[in-house]
Amino acid sequence: MKLFDGTLAARLFVGLGCALISLIAWSAEAPPFRNTEEAEDGQWLMPAKDYANTRFSGLKEITADNVKNLEVAWTFSSGVNRGQEAAPLVVGDTMYVVTPYPNILYALDLNKSGAVKWKYEPKPAAAAQGVACCDVVCRGAVYSNNRVFFNTLDGNVCAVNTKDGKEAWKTKIGDINIGETITMAPVVINGKVISGNSGGEFGVRGWIQALNVDDGKVAWKAYNTGPDSECLIDENFKPFYPQDKGKDLGVTTWPPDKWKIGGGNVWGWISYDPELKLLYHGTGNPGVWNADLRPGDNKWTCGIFARDPDTGHARWYYQWSPHDLFDHDGVNESILVDLEIDGKPRQVLLHPERNGYLYVMDRKTGEVLSATPFIRITASKGVDLKSGQLIPNEEKEPHTGKVIRDVTPISPGAKDWQPSAFSPRTKLMYFPNQTMSMDYEGTEASYIVGTPFVGVNEKMYADPVDPGDGSRGAFTAWDPVAKKRVWRIKESFPVWSGAMVTAGDVVFYGTMEGWFKAINAKTAEELWKFKTGSGIIGQPVTYKGPDGKQYVAILSGVGGWAGAVVAGGLDPNDGTAALGFANAMKDLPNVTTKGGTLYVFKLRDGGEKK
Amino acid sequence: MAIKQRKLELGVLVASLALVTSCKREDRPFQTSAPSAEAIQFTRMTDFRAGGPSISGNQPSPAMSADETPEEKEFEENAYMVGEGKRLFSAFNCVGCHAHGGGGMGPALIDDQWIYGHEPAQIFCTIIEGRPNGMPSFGGKIPSFQVWQLASYVRSLGGLVPGDAAPGRDDDMHGGPPENSAPNQKPNDSSLPKSAEMPK
Ligand code: HEC
Repeated sequence: MKLFDGTLAARLFVGLGCALISLIAWSAEAPPFRNTEEAEDGQWLMPAKDYANTRFSGLKEITADNVKNLEVAWTFSSGVNRGQEAAPLVVGDTMYVVTPYPNILYALDLNKSGAVKWKYEPKPAAAAQGVACCDVVCRGAVYSNNRVFFNTLDGNVCAVNTKDGKEAWKTKIGDINIGETITMAPVVINGKVISGNSGGEFGVRGWIQALNVDDGKVAWKAYNTGPDSECLIDENFKPFYPQDKGKDLGVTTWPPDKWKIGGGNVWGWISYDPELKLLYHGTGNPGVWNADLRPGDNKWTCGIFARDPDTGHARWYYQWSPHDLFDHDGVNESILVDLEIDGKPRQVLLHPERNGYLYVMDRKTGEVLSATPFIRITASKGVDLKSGQLIPNEEKEPHTGKVIRDVTPISPGAKDWQPSAFSPRTKLMYFPNQTMSMDYEGTEASYIVGTPFVGVNEKMYADPVDPGDGSRGAFTAWDPVAKKRVWRIKESFPVWSGAMVTAGDVVFYGTMEGWFKAINAKTAEELWKFKTGSGIIGQPVTYKGPDGKQYVAILSGVGGWAGAVVAGGLDPNDGTAALGFANAMKDLPNVTTKGGTLYVFKLRDGGEKK
Repeated sequence: MAIKQRKLELGVLVASLALVTSCKREDRPFQTSAPSAEAIQFTRMTDFRAGGPSISGNQPSPAMSADETPEEKEFEENAYMVGEGKRLFSAFNCVGCHAHGGGGMGPALIDDQWIYGHEPAQIFCTIIEGRPNGMPSFGGKIPSFQVWQLASYVRSLGGLVPGDAAPGRDDDMHGGPPENSAPNQKPNDSSLPKSAEMPK
């Protein structure tokens, strides 16, 4: 027998070649810093798509011209009828979907129209449901090196092997008994999985921590209130503005000991610049909403930190809303792009802030280059670019026992967690937002461990002035260089879904009624829409399937803070239900019901319908 | 001063009117003993405790006195008791999770849906024992006398106490109609807990 059979060798060669090709096609183990058409690999490894948080896909089989031919390819019921805020992940020929509490992770086979490969159930403590402020949501998982990582509502980080769905490790980092939950999607940076806690409505002290991907051991933990040593602030901390310089500001800007129950949680988005070696994360509202009870700037709440991802050490910080009056968490996404500002190329971050300003900042130094209102604002009078300070509006300053009317932005902000997208082709940002106003009253509040620490009565409603037609939400395209809105699509309800934009110049988002929409990224023209089973508050993604075709996926299932009226079965006859959001959402139960279904779309075979 | 005087007169007028209709409404039984927590078998249904884990074991709430067990309903025919319940509903941060009855992190209490029962003793147990899907156990934290006041207020939210005992106006911003105009719901005790909505 010949040792080297020609045909066998050829077969071997072909086989190896195929393996190699598929390896090349799906080799990306880490997402790119900032995605481009050239870098596009057809996968979706983290909810924000890339470290820069652009949510831009380079795929362009689906274009503004043909998107009208999108049709359902397959669907999948997650079995959980609560608010679906997660982004599905796509790695090779597998999709990963994580549900709201009880946080089941499914692996779906893309070769078989989403047949379940395996599921992983972390079985979180049921009591966690009672301390999740804004529905029992989970904002997604992240893939790295043959594992999927995600956080459970009851404060565990789970690492699951993609091969068989077996748990690699699980580390408890949060404690529901003090009101701590985790709702954010983690990120993986340089071998560390990074997460933060929720609990700003329970007087939970905020932190962010990094676990080693291999064994789940804690590598570092940084608090956002308290002494410098615990906030990982040292001599390399160089904030841009004088108000952020000084020793132990996380203690001295609070009444005695109040920083211990002072919030500043991390439950939003983390971005990362591998060149500057900095990660960026926002911090949430200060503990007890009623600001009378915590005089001072309340550092380091309602701001943004740049930290070294390897050690957690802080490099700079800026406070969007010192002494926050209205629950304006500062945790929204920061998109990292390089733009020409005033004729000079700048490394900036773009941050649509809950307080209503679109901040353009130098991401190296923390200098604010511009801060432009993107909705009508009554809560403040602007941002002083020289001092970096938000200019308060005394007329709207709430106090205990005093009802202040027509405050905008509302507590959920001009824009909440729902993430925006940035297209390098149009150089525009696309963000979902709220156009609402509120009445706000401070009340007494006592701190009881494990119960809410709020001290506010609140009622929200459609902004009576802008747009003033009863609409409560919008989808906005924004030019960060010209500092102006390019277009805006009004929606009846707040747009609580994320945005995603493609190289085909199509931008996708969903509405709380359940419409999934494709919009021309340049002209705002509505190109296509599809009515899903429940309201949409998820994050659209797009990927290249094993058949080489481009797919678009979205989870449908109303909920979140805005949709709690439906997801939690609340009674909107009490307008203060859902921390005051119910008042504005009385009509939501008339137009949608609970759900939890994934929808996957592709272009109709053979093009146009005859 | 003059206003205060007016208020007092009005109060007396309302009180005497009320006396005609319901004798119990205006009683202020400061010395009355509550149905005691000891009388009710008490096991926590959750490890999740209001006030933190320091409150140890399955100790009953401190009762005012365990000798007498007055009629549960006596509490809710009495405007002072229900009014106190309303104050406590804020003081113990029930409002944070249930809003003013419409719900939030916890379920709505103004509707006709009751997962764990609408009877005063059932609500008493809910507050003391806690419930598995996120209702903290207040056992050992609130004196049982006040738990009964809370239970009567919770029932007033669903229109289950006599209208003349339910609170009528608010000092603070309130989301809906006052408790004394809450429609009497036909309570439905078989509602599903949140966990039942999850896949098994
Ligand atoms: C941390 C949030 C939280 C706090 C604080 C809280 N509750 Fe609850 N409550 C819940 C949740 C969640 C449930 C549902 C539990 C379940 O389904 O197992 C619940 C259930 C209940 C129920 C049962 C409703 C039914 O349909 O059977 C009553 C009554 C109730 N709570 C009253 C109170 C009172 C009175 C207080 C204050 C002393 C209070 N709660 C404080 C979260 C809370």
